[in-house]
Amino acid sequence: MTGDWTVGTVTAIAPQTPTSRSIDLEVPGWPGNLAGQHLDLRLTAPDGYTATRSYSIATAGAGTRVQLAVDRLPDGEVSPYLVDELIVGDQLEVRGPLGGWFVWRPPADDRSPAEPVQLIGGGSGIVPLMAMARAHAAVASTVPFRLLYSVRAPEDVFFAAELAELARSPHFDIDWVYTRTAPEGWSGSPGRVTRERLAEAVVPAALDPAVFVCGPTGFVETVADLLVELGHPAARVKTERFGGA
Amino acid sequence: MPIISRGFSGRRREESPQLPPGQYLTEDFPVLSAGPTPAIATSDWVFGVTGDVAETRAWNWEQFHELGLEEIHTDIHCVTRWSKLGTSWRGVSLDRVLDGLDVAGRFAMAGCYGGYTTNVPVDDLLGGKAWIATEFEGAPLDPEHGGPARLLVPHLYFWKSAKWVRTLRIMPKDEPGFWEQNGYNMYGDPWREQRYW
Repeated sequence: MTGDWTVGTVTAIAPQTPTSRSIDLEVPGWPGNLAGQHLDLRLTAPDGYTATRSYSIATAGAGTRVQLAVDRLPDGEVSPYLVDELIVGDQLEVRGPLGGWFVWRPPADDRSPAEPVQLIGGGSGIVPLMAMARAHAAVASTVPFRLLYSVRAPEDVFFAAELAELARSPHFDIDWVYTRTAPEGWSGSPGRVTRERLAEAVVPAALDPAVFVCGPTGFVETVADLLVELGHPAARVKTERFGGA
Repeated sequence: MPIISRGFSGRRREESPQLPPGQYLTEDFPVLSAGPTPAIATSDWVFGVTGDVAETRAWNWEQFHELGLEEIHTDIHCVTRWSKLGTSWRGVSLDRVLDGLDVAGRFAMAGCYGGYTTNVPVDDLLGGKAWIATEFEGAPLDPEHGGPARLLVPHLYFWKSAKWVRTLRIMPKDEPGFWEQNGYNMYGDPWREQRYW
């Protein structure tokens, strides 16, 4: 499957933030994917010019429906097309699923050891973490899940309604970092994630959580360094970064 | 028959002959790492060659520099599809590192501070094609880009250029490293688009 391009059809599009939207694809023959995997997406111009980029998948499990969520990069070539031009019914070529490292697999059964999971996302870095949260909910897993989600402002939250719904589970908690504008009634003040915030909002190292961090490079570098300082073994911290340093 | 993307014209149109198929040019330097960035002081740094060699050998930071740094000007290509042209590095050629070690095996596994591994054929490390780089664009290599020292094998996809390199283990048979066990190609030639399994 990995080696072949296949055609998906856009079945739904929903705005997520002022600069992003989710895109649902129906991909006949899609073999399903693990939570956290990505795919390659290829656009072709009428003269044959192509542009290919990798996108994390927001969904997980069996089935031929695949959801992406794409943020428009100011100088991007593919993301502005996906965010501004694409409409339901359009076709896209995809290849995947790809990646076998930044993935969460539900325990095989209730007797398997249930290591807690800490998800830490910055901005659109929520996408592969969303796949993990959905996989967790889909099997009604009792594995303790905790998400720390850093956004500039409340309107920059991806999947806001669904996250609120997921947080009703006794096994899934969400903590927030607002870097510029906090919602009304928020007790803290806006600002970037700090060591103190991580210490209070992340599953403690003593509980040996599996940690997944995804976001812009600067965010991930900061968070991963602080996690190591807080005693999390580097081998327990999986990262996915995007953008330059 | 490719599917034409309605309304897509493509605005970058990078047709450089230096750009392998399926790659796009970037001016910045993206960071891709599987975990936290290890902090390694040059005073603690050691690099060694082990495995299928007549004699293992190791160097500390000063000893390693005595092997002689050279200037490197090269293009680099990441499997995630960015390429960066005309980068400048300084580092020690693997020809010098492996000189006189009587390397018997044909494959090598780079091992790193932090636990990363990647496999490269020995032939791809020799002949002026590979280095252990300690400087990038005139400055010590940043930790997030692999500092204090990384493998530099620019004719292969950049995941082969292991950051924070610590050992080179010579092997009689090819074995998969970290990404090679997680979906990436054993060899990784960007000109043949050897990205995945």
